[in-house]
Formats: sequence, structure tokens, C-alpha cells
Amino acid sequence: MTDGIRIEGISKGFGATPVLRGVSAALAPGEFLSLVGPSGCGKTTLLRILAGLETAEAGRVLIGGRDVTRLRPAERDVAMVFQNYALYPHLTAGQNMAVPLAMRRLSVLERTPLLRHLVPGNAGRRRAILADVQAAADTLRIGHLLDRRPAQLSGGQRQRVALGRALVRRPAAFLMDEPLSNLDAELRAQTRKEIVELHRQAGVTTVYVTHDQVEAMTMSDRVALMLDGRILQVGAPRVMYDDPCDLRVAAFLGSPRINTLAAVVSPGGVSVAGALLPVLAAAPLGTPVTLGLRAEMLRLAPSGMPAAVEHVEFLGSEVLVHARLASDEAMVARLPVADAGRVRAGDRVHLAADWPGVLLFGADGARMARRPALTHA
Amino acid sequence: MHSPALDALPRRTAPDLAGYLLAAPAVIGLSVLLLLPTAALLVASLTDMELGGPPLRWVGLANYAELLHDPAFRQALRNTLVYVGAVLPLSVALGLGLALLVEGETRGRAAFRAVFFLPVVSLLVAMATAWEYLLHPTIGPVNRLLALLGVAPVNWLGSSEWVLTSLCMIGVWENLGYVVVLFMAGLTAIPPELRAAAETDGAARAWDRFWLVTWPMLGPTTLFVVTITAIRCLRVFDTVAALTQGGPNKASEVLLHLMYREGFTYFRIGYSAAITTVFLAVVLALVLLQTRVLERRVHYG
Repeated sequence: MTDGIRIEGISKGFGATPVLRGVSAALAPGEFLSLVGPSGCGKTTLLRILAGLETAEAGRVLIGGRDVTRLRPAERDVAMVFQNYALYPHLTAGQNMAVPLAMRRLSVLERTPLLRHLVPGNAGRRRAILADVQAAADTLRIGHLLDRRPAQLSGGQRQRVALGRALVRRPAAFLMDEPLSNLDAELRAQTRKEIVELHRQAGVTTVYVTHDQVEAMTMSDRVALMLDGRILQVGAPRVMYDDPCDLRVAAFLGSPRINTLAAVVSPGGVSVAGALLPVLAAAPLGTPVTLGLRAEMLRLAPSGMPAAVEHVEFLGSEVLVHARLASDEAMVARLPVADAGRVRAGDRVHLAADWPGVLLFGADGARMARRPALTHA
Repeated sequence: MHSPALDALPRRTAPDLAGYLLAAPAVIGLSVLLLLPTAALLVASLTDMELGGPPLRWVGLANYAELLHDPAFRQALRNTLVYVGAVLPLSVALGLGLALLVEGETRGRAAFRAVFFLPVVSLLVAMATAWEYLLHPTIGPVNRLLALLGVAPVNWLGSSEWVLTSLCMIGVWENLGYVVVLFMAGLTAIPPELRAAAETDGAARAWDRFWLVTWPMLGPTTLFVVTITAIRCLRVFDTVAALTQGGPNKASEVLLHLMYREGFTYFRIGYSAAITTVFLAVVLALVLLQTRVLERRVHYG
């Protein structure tokens, strides 16, 4: 079995603006890695460097154990799915899917318009290409659309044709650039599942760029969170969520966004607006810290942080309560309907948390170690 | 969609006055500027109208019959078609090649565009004088250059075997810039994602990417360029009028120059109108052929 993908110290700038600052990552064979981050974080540039559509200023790319840094896209044996699909508008869906095969299996003469009829005996190879296209189309359930042009297809169907064009030739790696961003919500959720399923069947190493943390969390073996041209953290979705290394990672992953609370390390815990919370930080007294509280860590309690309810979102299975603390910090709590079903905007409540489970970050945003709880605390 | 409420509304059968009023400026403009002059031309071609001559008489198709047997007209028609047949493919092919070269290199793109467009904005009659000097049989730099290479001097504009070739060369020079600029505009309109897709799909050679993406996506531009250039070639007049006056011995006579001579030198308006009608018919036939044949193959994305 070949290796997956290795990215070693990739740097890239556009003019004076650095876009990627020494990015490294490694994918196991058949792994599905999401590059997630806000727009402008460099994730698409990194993907284009993997595809060979951009050249890096420094660093190396290895695909399947082969150094492809200096190779052209066509020689890298990767297939890319573009955000806007990039289907050839003058070709039918079937012809679009046949292009990667024709480029590899037919000679220059055979694939040049008008001249191809001069070459004897290419009918067999053409039939083989058609059969492969039909097989890939059947996998994607677009077999009946092969004669249509992209303009005659819906967004979801174009998406499948673009996937089919990538799938048809079994490349060493799939590179996907926000392939679902042009679909409506329902179709997106459905296609998400299908891409995961296709990946499981094909077992091809996949790099998937998205700004949607839900896609990253639900589809990937591992997630790499990028910010300002760097990968902040790579890990399984669960690890990224439960154990973020940086406040920015914690803030990007999870919806609603993680609640933050400014605090100061004090004897016996941290103090927030005069109140002492039993959160033990491994830091000197007086150090400013940030507490990170996921919405589901909060609960209503008879005593705790007093808060004014500003807005209540009833989601059926649960309730999101938006409240503001006395310190003017906004909090979102994800509560069971049984507990919060009767909370209304304007109510005054007390919010408590499972304090020992709260995430702790330093002033620079880096995750902070916790002091082992003392027995008497 | 049928709704009872809509069916209940009174049907509008009377012509809508506001509609005609709104269309009137365009209709009047079109009639006065295009349709009436064309009709007048057709009528004039059926008379023996002569400026300052006797009152005009209806002669029917006599002018056209004369055209058929007029060696000058046949020579002009043949020369015009040869000119179009040489200049059109050469300027389109060279123009596309140059546009691809210029577009492929970001440095100096604007400068190249300006240089290639120069012949289009310059006054052709003035530039013709420059060509006259360049192609002069004794003092012209072209012949002196040929002499350096040991080639005998050519009488570019003065000999009947070379004059049409010379005019064709000037014609290519004249049309090239126009074609380059149009193709460059067409090239910038191609989504870069398509070229990226072609690269990852395995089109490693520029040749493959050209046939897979560039050429089909340029379809509408090419159709436009071919039509416009064909008409510009058919209309060749300035260079002939300024450099050769159709000579020597009618070797460079073209349709519009013949029409001009018959109409404005000999004042035979009726005959000249008949030549113009034939010219219009050729243009129309060419445009129809192009749109019929090419339109079907062109993809408008």
C-alpha cells in the first residue's frame, strides 16, 4: 500500500502578504482530512498547492510516497473537485467525466478534434472509457444524465458529475475545495453522507477544504484547523472539540460558539467579577485567564452566576437560552426542554456549570494546564 | 397558468397605442437611416440614373446584365473574394496566436495590446502613405532588405502579379490588431477554474488545454471575429484608393473601388447602385452562411 500525503513546511505569499507560514501535515493512506478555517486562512491555497495549481515558496509535497513538489498537476495523479464544479460547459456530463480518462489513455492525435478519426483502432479504447464512465455514473446514480450538458443540470446533479469526474480514474488522492457550499441545506446534508460513503468505498486519501465546521466534524477522520496561514491543531473531531489547544480552535468548532468568561487566578480557584469559581489553574495568582464554557456545560441552578435572559430559541429537542451576565458577558446555554421550557426573555436566572470540566485558556489564547484538584477543594 | 380572475379581465384586442408610440423612435430611425436608403439603392440600380445626365429612365435589369459581361466587374469580384479568402483566415489565425501569446504573459500585456491596436486607430489613408514608402520599388526598405539577402527587387504595388499580394499583406496588418484585441477580451472571459480543472484532469500540454477549454470557450468570440473581419475585408477600399486605384491593369480592382469609380468618377449612379447591391448580397450571404453553419457549433456558456 502506498503512503498517503505528506505536507512539509509549505510557505507561500501573495506579494508581501504571507498566506501560508510553514504548514506541515501528514495523512495516512485512505485518510479523510478536513482543512477547516475562516475565509482567508490559506486553506484553499494549501489545497491548490497540493494539486499543483500554485507553487509553494518553500516546503515539499509528497503524494503516495512520491515527491510531487515540482510536478505539474497532470503528473500528480490527483483529482480535484472545485467549489463551482468547473465542468466544461460545452461537453455533456458523460464527456466531462470521460476527460480525465481520455487524457491518460488516448494519444494526442486521438483526442484532437477532427484528427482523431485518422487513428485506426482506437474504438476499443473509447468503448472502455465509456464503460468506466457508465460505472462511475451508476455509483453516483447519474447514469440517466450523461447526455445532458451542465447548463441542463441542477446544482446537485452538477455536483455529482464533478464528483464523478474525480472518481472515474481512481487517483492517488482526492482534493475537494468546498464542494458543498453551492448546495441548499437539505442537499448538503445528504451529499455529505454520500461523500463519506464514496470515500469509504474508494478508500482514496482525501483532503477536504471547508469553512463549515459541521462538515469538517461530521465527515472527517481528522480535522486540521487553519488560521492565518498556520495549522493550529490537527486531531479527530472528538479531540478537537473536547480538548482544543487554543481558544480560537474552541471558538471555531461547535455551534453555538463556546462561551468565554474573563477571570483572574485567585487562591482556591479563579475569580470572576468578585465571585470565586472552583476552577484550579496551574498559574501564579493574579494571572488573567479565559474560561471556555460550551453551551451544554451550563445549567440552571438555584445559585450561580446571576444572568438576565435576552432571548430564547426553542429547537424542539432542546432550548438555547441567550443570557447576559452582570459583567456584560453574553452566555448561551443549551438546556433540556424540561428545565428551560418556561424560561422567557427578561427572566432573571442563575447559571451554573460543571466547573472542573471547564476549559481554561491563557491570555494569549493557548490552552492552560489545570492544577490537579486538591482533596479539600 | 389559468386563473378565473385573469379570464374575467377584458381581453386586450385593440392595438395598444402606447406600444406603437414607444416603438416609434426606433422604427422611424431604422426606416430613415437603413431601410429607405437600401430601398432607394435597389430602385436606383434599376434605372440609368446619371448625375447631370438626361432624365432617368427605367431600364429594369439592364445594369445587372451589363455587370455579368463587364470584365472589370468580374475582375473586381474575383479580386475581392481572393482578398477575403487570404486576409480573413490569416488575420484570424495570426490574431488568435498573438492573443494567446500576449495573454499567457502578464508583463507588458497592456503595452502589447496598445501596440497591436495601433493600426486600428490610425488613419488608414495616412498609413497607406507609409506603406507606399516601405514598398517603393527603388527606395523602399523592403526591397533594400531583400537586396541584402540577394533577392531581386519586387515591384510590390506596380506589377499586376504582386499587387494583390501586397494589398493582402497590408490587409492582414490592418485587421490583426482588431482581431488580437477581440480575442484577448474573449480569453480573459474564460473562467480560470476551467483551466485548473483541465490541468488536474491530465491536460498537461498547452495543446490539450487549448482544444479542451480555450477553443470551445472562445466560440462566441470567434464567430464574432470571423463575421466582423469578413465584412471588413469585403469592404476593402482605402488602401486600394490610396495606393493603386485598382491598377495596374485592374489587377487590384475591388468591388467598392469599382463602385466608387462608376458612381463618383463617371457619375453612373444606376450602374454603381447595381454594384453596391451585388456587394450587399455577397455580405448578406456570407453572414447568413456563417451564422447558419457556425452558430450551431458554437456553445454559448
